[in-house]
Order: sequence, then C-alpha cells, then structure tokens
Amino acid sequence: MTPLDKVEGRAIPFGLKNVDTDVIIPAHWLKTTTREGMGRGAFEAIRADPDNLFDSAEYKGAPILIAGDNFGCGSSREHAAWALGDLGIRVVIAPSYSDIFSGNAVKNGILPVVLPQAAIDRLMEVAATDPVFVDLEHQTVTTQFQDRFTFEIDPFRKMCLLEGLDEISLTEKSDAAIGAYERQLDADRPWMRPAA
Amino acid sequence: MTRPRTLYEKIWDAHVVEQRPDGTALIFIDRHLVHEVTSPQAFAGLRASGRTVRRPDLTLAVPDHNVPTTARLDAAGNRLPIADAESAAQLAALEKNAPEYGIRYIDAVAPEQGIVHVVGPEQGFSLPGTTIVCGDSHTACHGGIGALAFGIGTSEVEHVLATQTLLLQPAKTMEVRVEGEVGPGVSAKDIILHITGVIGAAGGTGHVIEYTGSAIRALSVEGRLTVSNMAIEGGARAGLIAPDEVTFDYIKGRPYAPKGADWDAAVAYWKSLATDPGATYDKIVLIDAAAIAPSVTWGTSPEDVVPITGVVPAPGSFADPSKQTAAAKSLAYMGLEPGTRMQDVPIENIFIGSCTNSRIEDLRAAAAVIKGRHKADNVKWAIVVPGSGLVKAQAEAEGLDRIFTDAGLEWREPGCSACLAMNPDKVPAGERCASTSNRNFVGRQGPGSRTHLVSPAMAAAAAVTGKLTDVRELMA
Ligand code: SF4
Repeated sequence: MTPLDKVEGRAIPFGLKNVDTDVIIPAHWLKTTTREGMGRGAFEAIRADPDNLFDSAEYKGAPILIAGDNFGCGSSREHAAWALGDLGIRVVIAPSYSDIFSGNAVKNGILPVVLPQAAIDRLMEVAATDPVFVDLEHQTVTTQFQDRFTFEIDPFRKMCLLEGLDEISLTEKSDAAIGAYERQLDADRPWMRPAA
Repeated sequence: MTRPRTLYEKIWDAHVVEQRPDGTALIFIDRHLVHEVTSPQAFAGLRASGRTVRRPDLTLAVPDHNVPTTARLDAAGNRLPIADAESAAQLAALEKNAPEYGIRYIDAVAPEQGIVHVVGPEQGFSLPGTTIVCGDSHTACHGGIGALAFGIGTSEVEHVLATQTLLLQPAKTMEVRVEGEVGPGVSAKDIILHITGVIGAAGGTGHVIEYTGSAIRALSVEGRLTVSNMAIEGGARAGLIAPDEVTFDYIKGRPYAPKGADWDAAVAYWKSLATDPGATYDKIVLIDAAAIAPSVTWGTSPEDVVPITGVVPAPGSFADPSKQTAAAKSLAYMGLEPGTRMQDVPIENIFIGSCTNSRIEDLRAAAAVIKGRHKADNVKWAIVVPGSGLVKAQAEAEGLDRIFTDAGLEWREPGCSACLAMNPDKVPAGERCASTSNRNFVGRQGPGSRTHLVSPAMAAAAAVTGKLTDVRELMA
C-alpha cells in the first residue's frame, strides 16, 4: 500500500449526501476477479453526462473528493474504494461515512476525513477555484485563504495510512494469542464447531 | 458482581482474542460465509502472499449473486453453461478456490444451494451467539437468530481467511423496541421498513441495533431474519434479536447444529446471552407496533418510506435542505409527482425474492394473496425466486409453485436474482418494480430501474392489481 501523508491538489466539489456504493461503482462492475481498472466504472451514471465534474478539465485526476453526509452507504463492496483509488482519489472529505466504507477506504490507502458541514460548505466554495491541502500527520485540512480545519482519526488507522501497512501482517504477530483462544474455545464451547 | 451487559456486549466479550490499548480488539470469527463476488480477489491475495486458510472448517462457500435463476441442468441432467462470461469466471474461481483451500462448498446445482444468508441459518451453520461475517452487507440478516453478523469488504475477507479474526472497534448500542401487536396484513418487512423510515438511513451508523419488544418476540425466525437483514438500511452494521425458544426450535436438528449433549450445553449458553436487566444502550427508539401500516418506499433511499395509504411527499416537506435536494432528485428518477397516492402508482414488474424475503413463510404469505387470482395485464414480468433449493422443494411440496404459475408468475431457481443487477434478472430502465428486496438505490435492479420496496404479500397484491395496493383490501 502506498503510504499517505500530505495530499494537495484540486478537490472535486461533489457535495452530495447519502451517496451509496451503487452510485460509486454500479453492480455490473463487480463482475471482475481482479482489482485494477475499476476507475473506469466510478460514478458511471453521473459520468454518462459529458459535462460531469469528474471528467472536466479542471477536476480530472483530482486527488480529493468532497462529499455530503453518509458517504459510501449501501453495500459492503470494497470495489467502491478500489474505484475511487483507481480514479486517483486519495482523500475523501465528508461529514460522515458508512462504517464499512470508511474501513474499506483506509485498507486501500484512502483517507476518509470527517469535518462538520460548515467546514464542508467552506471547502466546496474554495474547491470551485483553488486547491485544498490535507496533512494527515497534523490532521489538518487547509487552504491558501487561511482556512484551517482539524480532524480526528483513529490512531491505528492513521499509522496504517502513514506507513502504508498491510493489516494481515500486523495480525499475524498475534498468532499465539489466536491459537490460545482457539484452544480455550474448544474446551469451553466444543459445540461451536460445525457438527457435520 | 459484573456490570449488567447487553446481548451485543456479551457476544463481543466472548470473542476478544486480544484487547488493544487504543480500544480496538482482535475478534475471533466463528463462521465465515463466502460467495463468488467478493472472494476472488481475496483468494488471489492469499495466493500472492503464500498464505493459507486458517480455519477452513469454519468457512462455507456457496454461489448466489450471479447464478442465473433459469434452469441450470439440461434434460439429461448436465450442467448448462452460464452465458455471461464474467459471471462464469467468478463462479469458476469459487469452484476452484473452495476445494483448493479445503473449504466446504455447496455448488450451483446442489439441492442446498441458495442465497448465502438463507443457507447459513437453514443449514444450522449460523448459530446464536456466534460472530459471522460475509463479504455482503446483508450479513446482518443472521442477527435474527442472535448472531453478531456483519458484512465485510474483500480485504477483510482475505484477513479472515488468513487469520480467522478481524480487528474491530466496539460499536455503540441501540435498542429499537417495538411494543404491541401489528395489525392484519402487516409483516416483518413492514416493521423494518417503518423502523428505517423513523430512524433514517444513517440513524444507526456506528451502532449495533438490538430489536426488542413484544412485536419482535411474536415474529417467527423467518420474520426476525427479515428485520435484522435490513439493519444495514438503517445505517447499523449489525442487528440482533435475542435467541429464545422460537430460535432454538428453528435450529434444532439442522445439519451443522449441535447434537445430543452438545445441544443442551449450547442452549444453556444461548439462554445466558440475553441482555441483563439494568443494562443500558447508547440510544433507544420506541415504536408502536399498532401504528405500523403495510409500507412502501417512494424514493431511492430505504428511509423514503410511507404507509401504502399515504402519498408521495413533496421535497419541501423535509426540514433538512440536503434531504430536500435528495428527495427532488429521487422523485425525478422515480418519475413521481408529490401528492400522488401511492395506491395510484402503476407497476410493471414484480420481484418476490432476495435474502430479505425468500424464505418459506414469505412465499406462503405471497401465495395466500395471489391464490385463485391472476396477475394484471400491465404486469409484464413477475418472478418468484425461492431463497434456497430447500425452500423451493418445500414450497413445491406445499403446491405454492402452482399457485404462482397459475396466476401468471414465473417460478425460478434460487439465487440473488433481481435484488441486484448482476445476473440476467433485471428491471428495464424507466419501469417500476414492486420488490421484496432490501434496496431501492438508483440502478440497483438494473440501470434506470425504479424500485418500490414492499413485503411479499404487498408484492403479490401489486401483481394482482397492476399497481401498488393495500394488501388489506384483498384480504377480506
Ligand atoms: S439477495 Fe440481495 S442483498 Fe441478499 S445477498 Fe443477494 S444480493 Fe445481497
């Protein structure tokens, strides 16, 4: 995973609320057995309009996406995060996310920044003409107009993003603890193993 | 004395492998359900890193999302090829990966095949008090039998395959208490649609919802699975309903369920899981069961719920400006005018199926309405898709298939079907579908499709009249 620290550039002033994963990547794109190339299907319905934001000269390849409440709601498909990543997005800024989406985002090296609606409104304004700066180390989103918003992030997620860490390797360090749990479970609740 | 705990807290505590100082915990996963869509990349990841599946014995794989629901065998009993190359590739990948890693596999033509969330409880693989994950957000469904079950993404599928654990943040708890008795014609689906309308699509975000109250206790296991299935539509990652005698009766004797002395030990343990008196939830929502009508969605978010006796709301009727914008967009997409009576909305397609409503009780409810009647002429496409091969066989033994086919509905093979547009079952652009599934998102049932979520009885009523209909009028 590519480590993520400072991201600066144009931010797509998308702003919609309750954007579900079917909008981010329609179901027919799920029929793949690999992860690459999914960006072509990102926001497909919206991008069917030739004048859409995502493909405009100004925002094509922009690394930041600004969205409304409950971004990434709907299905658990991780394809949504792959599609955003493949589109070139490294940071999403929204007032809230679905739990599954924000987890998937972090696992794929995308930072989900949570900011209050007032901050989102201001950033939407700036994004119309100017770049936005995101600094994960210092947990800030800034603009060249002296806006400075700080955000919270779970320290573990922050470390994973900063170092580009793969979670399975981390968990494998707990192998002994998992083995001990399994033995205890077999002793305490042997019926938990499927009978047949 | 220990602090009183909720059902969620008890299940959580029993699965902590390692507590981390930052509040997260490594949680043991008792059951991992795998299907063809979200697993190929996970297996590819395992292979690339040279890892194996830690507990194949706790893993069950079954294809469901993109298997066609038309006949799968030819007259000679040979498997018919799947026309869509990408679907065929995903199925082939699962068919190869499961045996290679020693995972139990129910193939596409096995009698037990079906939607993963129907198969799990039906096989006794899903048990109360267990942690269950699957790469599908409606894994919440298994909460209906008192399992802590939630959907995960493909990276997490790979993580569970490799380690049988997940690193999780404990959720907040929310109680949705539904007290009283529902009226005639009101099903578990109406209860959960109503709840979703009340709490909103993000109302449960960050929470695990425990459904309690007399109206929930009165539901069969099938009904409870329907309710918990849509916990995710209210933003919660998981739903829970405390296991009780109804649950135990349902599970007893199923293939993977505990047997003999193990059974008694299991039941004793399951009984200990109920929320303690005095335990507190972070949020409580009270619902009056008597106030719930047969319900229907008008928009493209599952929170867009009105009673069937209601009208399409005006965007301006919402206080929140962003909801006003969303509602206006929804109405444009749905081709609906504010003030239109829901009962005047014509319907061209009917879908009875999905992990929300494809169990035997659902099919019985739909058949009871449609029996002796015929679908309306303007209904072009009406399919009934049982949740599993076993549900299908049971329904056929009860003659339900004939009731449907006599009424002009198609009787299909089990699978996810028109719940999501991944297989040949799709709703054409611009057309409406009265659907018993769980999502009315833009394009969910096919590009441009317009979904109205309803109960099985309400879908059957719409089939008969060709428009959204108050099923109570057909029940006299
Ligand atoms: S029926 Fe629909 S919601 Fe259920 S598992 Fe299949 S696609 Fe997912």
